[in-house]
Amino acid sequence: MPVTAGETMTTPDQGQDYLWTLNFGPQHPATHTTLRIILKLDGERVVDAIPDIGYLHSGFEKIAEKLDYNQYVTVTDRMNYISPMANNVAWHHAVEKLIGLEPTRRCQYIRVIVSELARVSDHLLSTGAIGLDVGAFTFFLYAFYQREKIYDIFETLCGARFTNSYTRVGGVMHDMTPLVVEKIRAFLRNFPRTLDDMERLLNRNRIFVDRTKGVGVLSQAEAIQWSTSGPVARASGVTRDLRLDEPYLCYKDFDFQVCCAKAGDCFARYYVRMAEIRESLKIIEQAIENLPSGPVNLGEEDRTTLPPKGNVYQTIEGTITHFELVMANRGFEVPCDESYAAVEAPNGELGFYVVGDGSNVAYRARCRPPSYIHFSLFPKLIRGHTLSDVVAVLGSLNIIAAELDR
Amino acid sequence: MSNLHRILPELQKFDPALRSDEFRGQDRVWLSASTLGLSMQCLRDRLGFDLLVDVTCVDYLNYRNASDRFGLVYLLANTQSSQRLTVRVGLNEPELSVPSVVSLWAGADWMEREVWDMFGIRFEGHPDLRRILLPEEFSAHPLRKDYPLQGCGERHNFPVLTRSQA
Repeated sequence: MPVTAGETMTTPDQGQDYLWTLNFGPQHPATHTTLRIILKLDGERVVDAIPDIGYLHSGFEKIAEKLDYNQYVTVTDRMNYISPMANNVAWHHAVEKLIGLEPTRRCQYIRVIVSELARVSDHLLSTGAIGLDVGAFTFFLYAFYQREKIYDIFETLCGARFTNSYTRVGGVMHDMTPLVVEKIRAFLRNFPRTLDDMERLLNRNRIFVDRTKGVGVLSQAEAIQWSTSGPVARASGVTRDLRLDEPYLCYKDFDFQVCCAKAGDCFARYYVRMAEIRESLKIIEQAIENLPSGPVNLGEEDRTTLPPKGNVYQTIEGTITHFELVMANRGFEVPCDESYAAVEAPNGELGFYVVGDGSNVAYRARCRPPSYIHFSLFPKLIRGHTLSDVVAVLGSLNIIAAELDR
Repeated sequence: MSNLHRILPELQKFDPALRSDEFRGQDRVWLSASTLGLSMQCLRDRLGFDLLVDVTCVDYLNYRNASDRFGLVYLLANTQSSQRLTVRVGLNEPELSVPSVVSLWAGADWMEREVWDMFGIRFEGHPDLRRILLPEEFSAHPLRKDYPLQGCGERHNFPVLTRSQA
């Protein structure tokens, strides 16, 4: 981790003694998170950048080998803490694929709603932060005010604003109440007006456009070559969107567009994110109006989700299921095999490679973090641009250090 | 729907005794470290797996019926047809090295560095195989199963610099 600037520089220093080195981070307000970049500058122009990461490494994948499939969801909250709901859904989507479970229709709809709300909130933060870093403070405040509304919805839904830990194997923690539905409807009614305002503030703003257009350009071939996914890849013209290409949950039921751009610069990444917010709102609206009735969790015969308390106290099956699930070394059966399942998280493809060994604890759970893969692009994108473009590129990639280092 | 019937004939040119199976709708093939480079090139150029989704590793030290100590996992995808393929490579001590795929997919750079950092598997031909998440002076590979969850005292014995030494 601690890299000394001199020894890692690839460019030879002969005759270039006018170059100077700048440490950007690890504690810097514009990195937003804890990461360090060693910049080699020629005046204001960035000749080379060396990312130095690992400051927030907390061994999440090692912890996954000790916590059971339901407990580990609390750790996934802390990976991309900007959209914890999407991580929860991703984790239990992968676990359910390994076990071979199919959640109920109502559960699938609820999961779609919360992951799309998480996408809106994540995109609001990342576009807000890029606005803030290039000087658009009002835009940032508008975005954060609306994020607060989404936190309020999540709080009504599951009791937690920030670290939701909402999903469970074969279900979710609480069913959606009419109050939550009402709050989401109110959000869908009021939010588009603010979104219009936000777009009017930045889309044709001379300063913003000048600072982001043509900065950090990534071509389509490079986007695939560098394994990018999500808005970063779509801004470069890769049309891949897991929600449409490999429909998971019940995304087949909804009518929405995949938002793409061709330019591949910071502005395109911002623009794709803003367009995706509108598509997410469309999905949420369709899902909330067609929310199927019926049970939200899988039944007692599946022996995976804790039964409702009424059944535990009043029926023998409920009592048995409850004790089977909470006792040590019992729980549900997991095959001795491994599988990978990914969802389209706000930041890109978020997948978990889960290895089961028959017990209720994963033998190994690898997280495929989109931030980590996008950040390896950073030196390539920033080379040749100026120091002030560093924050624009960083913001457009939406690097979340907790997910970067895990 | 499995695509192994399309993939296997091409890969069997390099390794006739290739193992493959399907689990929960995902195709898996087991390659050997010696034919990995050629097979990966074939998968990318001839079979259209242009996206390397992830590179990771599993340590099967205490795993039931495991044949190899380490299992490398390459997750490939086709951006046109959305097919996926899981490529597995079994590795045993002391030969913990495989050819690097950075020349095929630039995105493999940091993924392979993380596997080296966490499992100690060398990728031959990698341009810059340094530790990435852990400090350079760290001696262990912590995601191996013989490394304890609480660590080997690295935190307690961490050298502390006082202001006068700095």
